[in-house]
Amino acid sequence: MLQTHDISPEQIENDRLYQEMGLTDQEYDMIKRILQRRPNFTETGIFSVMWSEHCSYKTSKPLLKKFPTKAPHVLQGPGEGAGIIDIGDNQAVVFKIESHNHPSAVEPYQGAATGVGGIIRDVFSMGARPIALMNSLRFGNLTSERVKYLFSEVVNGIAGYGNCVGVPTVGGEVQFDDSYEDNPLVNAMCVGLINHDEIQKGIAAGVGNSILYAGAPTGRDGIHGATFASDDLAEDSAKDRPAVQVGDPFMEKLLIEACLEVIHSDALVGMQDMGAAGLTSSASEMASKGGTGVEMDLDRVPQREQNMNAYELMLSESQERMLLVVKKGREQEIIDIFNKYGLEAVNVGQVVEEKVFRIKQHGDIQAEIPVDALAEEAPVYHMPSKEANYYKEFQNIQCNVPVVENHASVLKELLQQPTIASKEWVYDQYDSMVQTNTVVAPGSDAAVIRIKGTEKALAITTDCNSRYIYLDPETGGKIAVAEAARNLICSGARPLGLTDGLNFGNPTNPEVFWQMEKSVEGMSEACKVLDTPVISGNVSLYNQSKGKAIFPTPIVGMVGLHESVNHIASSYFQEAGDLIYVVGETKQEFGGSELQNLLNGQYTGKAPEIDLDIEKKRQTQILQAIQRGIIASAHDVSEGGLGVALAESVFNEKGLGFEVDISGDMTVALFSESQSRFLLTIKPEQREQFEEMVEDATLIGNVTSDGMMKFQSESVSIKESVEELYMLWKGAIPCLLK
Amino acid sequence: MKFAVVVFPGSNCDRDMYHAVKDVLGEEAELVWYENSNLSNYDGILLPGGFSYGDYLRSGAVAATSNVMEQVKEHASLGKPVLGVCNGFQVLTESGLLPGALMRNKNLSFMCHQEELVVKNNETIFTSSYSTGEIIRFPIAHGEGNYYCDEETLAELKNNNQIVFTYKNNPNGSVSDIAGIVNKQGNVLGMMPHPERAMEKLLGSDDGLKLFQSLINKVKAVV
Repeated sequence: MLQTHDISPEQIENDRLYQEMGLTDQEYDMIKRILQRRPNFTETGIFSVMWSEHCSYKTSKPLLKKFPTKAPHVLQGPGEGAGIIDIGDNQAVVFKIESHNHPSAVEPYQGAATGVGGIIRDVFSMGARPIALMNSLRFGNLTSERVKYLFSEVVNGIAGYGNCVGVPTVGGEVQFDDSYEDNPLVNAMCVGLINHDEIQKGIAAGVGNSILYAGAPTGRDGIHGATFASDDLAEDSAKDRPAVQVGDPFMEKLLIEACLEVIHSDALVGMQDMGAAGLTSSASEMASKGGTGVEMDLDRVPQREQNMNAYELMLSESQERMLLVVKKGREQEIIDIFNKYGLEAVNVGQVVEEKVFRIKQHGDIQAEIPVDALAEEAPVYHMPSKEANYYKEFQNIQCNVPVVENHASVLKELLQQPTIASKEWVYDQYDSMVQTNTVVAPGSDAAVIRIKGTEKALAITTDCNSRYIYLDPETGGKIAVAEAARNLICSGARPLGLTDGLNFGNPTNPEVFWQMEKSVEGMSEACKVLDTPVISGNVSLYNQSKGKAIFPTPIVGMVGLHESVNHIASSYFQEAGDLIYVVGETKQEFGGSELQNLLNGQYTGKAPEIDLDIEKKRQTQILQAIQRGIIASAHDVSEGGLGVALAESVFNEKGLGFEVDISGDMTVALFSESQSRFLLTIKPEQREQFEEMVEDATLIGNVTSDGMMKFQSESVSIKESVEELYMLWKGAIPCLLK
Repeated sequence: MKFAVVVFPGSNCDRDMYHAVKDVLGEEAELVWYENSNLSNYDGILLPGGFSYGDYLRSGAVAATSNVMEQVKEHASLGKPVLGVCNGFQVLTESGLLPGALMRNKNLSFMCHQEELVVKNNETIFTSSYSTGEIIRFPIAHGEGNYYCDEETLAELKNNNQIVFTYKNNPNGSVSDIAGIVNKQGNVLGMMPHPERAMEKLLGSDDGLKLFQSLINKVKAVV
């Protein structure tokens, strides 16, 4: 840690100390031009965090502009704490996803816990009550002790925070691959519910109004966390543990209740959480949005450690803190509400007319910076992009059908792959039911929560198959969005919009930037075709260590609406005698598939194709059929192919089985990962009606009561006990962790 | 019937409990912040689940020392009903209203899922609508639900028929599969599983209805 007191502006320039904080020579020169002088130590720190990728999106901004963000039902797009979508009856749904990858790589429990805390604050800072949490996790293979430790502790951290704070963790996804070995991904999503007239914004309006600091006192934790998150993970990243914050979910719970009480006071002008870059980003962004300036006196900021200097106070990422702008003269009303919950709330400054960010401590000005220089005018880079070398090669690979000797044993092995295996070990540790709204708990295509006092429910999913995106970023990007929408459709919900969690390697590598560019283009096109605007998101770059980038992983968190709880469809087969249909064509596609990984230990070739118009047509038809009550169950065909999808449909306590007839090659039929496919069951008496409504549907068999799975083709016959395969699938992850 | 749902800092099932008795069953109910120490106007007191005081020190330990618990003890001593669920159960054992203690689950992990319970005693004011031996499904959601008491206490619990619910497949290591107990007088029930989460078929089980209905019928019959 640098000792800051005596470091002069000259020394910062001469010794290029700004580089240690992540600023380039050019950026330092820009700062000098903006200030028309050399920045002091505190100011250099403030610029470095505000201009870090994490806060400024300086390399991803040009790409983010490609996303469609507008639609009549979008009340708030990207730019605020979280996006908001109208769901009728004066209600709206608020959601956002955020990454906490770097902290989780060095301190998995706290990294994951504070990731959850941060995203919850983003949602209640909008005035919404958080009603559900989701997460999307990536780890290396569960073979090394380190990966097992990271996996267990991340899950533990999510549980520790989410359970205590009383927001149900209703689902998510976990995938495993070598590329995440040293750099796990921890993306947390929070969904909130709000009435239109309660929407708050993070804005510092009204010259003379007061700035209140509320919540936990500031300590020396998480200093420079945003900068830490904007660089490659080094082998000695453990030394960055002090840059990881420590969470207190009890404090957060009190903060939620206090803030949701505060929003009913008309003394409140604006509210924002102190997340990345803490006091610096919250105050400067609120001023920037308000077209105002702020003046703060750090002597008044509650502190839990002694002798903290301005640099430390401004850059600390201590958790569970909020910044509020309150009408002048009415501060006490708001302070009283926080005090009721045992929380501190202190007047630390005021909104000023001059668009300046002015920080005082011990009677001296410690920082004085034009507000817009920090937020609006942060540098934007158009990085060079170059098609990855491997891509052409992969495109030229002929897709042959892998040789499978014993389909039954391969199916069993696939079911035990950690990415496919049951995640019960994970989600049993999450309180998925608190708030008593959870209709479909973790383990299905999408989680479903009803909205009390209405007929409605929300479906939520997170999805991203990064193997396809690695092979072909544009196609993979389309698939990520389409598959998320497919998950919601299968639950009977109409997709409303999405939040994106973009996780990539180092963007200064032109091939990594190309992956970003192409996947965003693919996602954007799918968003347009499927009518799912992007309403919020997060970018996490520099996810690489030892020079190796993670697979490009733009996670899609999507929310859909059930107009009636009667439209909720199950992903499990319901009754013996029901007819089993596959909708969509099964092609010879194994690039990026689980089978390819199982047999070859690597991913090569072409990603599966996707035609978005066909996807849209099928989704529309199937949703209509579900809403009319003619679908008994619906499940998305994804990782592992139809064989896995069929098996998953009977993996519960019902004891059902199935028999299906396979036409053509058994390997293709069971294990191809062709897109835009759905596995549906219907009652025999609804056959005619169903076939009229849903095109491209092939009857393949029926649900049985004997607890056996039977596959029959011309040359291969498979008969396996559901119970036996269920146990293999269920026991795989606990077994690997032992 | 008028219920008080006591809200401690960190309670998080308070609104669920309120929803169960108010919206599902149509009874009167109020959320009562722990600093409001007058509980004399309520017919029944509900101590909800959650993490009162962050479970710091020991779960339920800090809440047990708060002033409102003096009121709860007063209420209980008059023979009026008190129901503590999950963290509420922990508060009841910590405050001495119920014997024993709740330790960390045997596998040291938080766990959340539906569990099957056996109704062991249907002669309490909370269980008269069930039959003894009936199997019901309630969700559990706890990290410290491993009920422990010494042998002498256990013998007493058994002799007085104070064990109300047991787990069919003990998930957490509780002594004698205990999921819920009443005090000797039978008016204070503590249990780890969540009846308030089992009020609507839509959410997976409505087996909790009978618990609240038993109580409401009893109180209304007296009034």
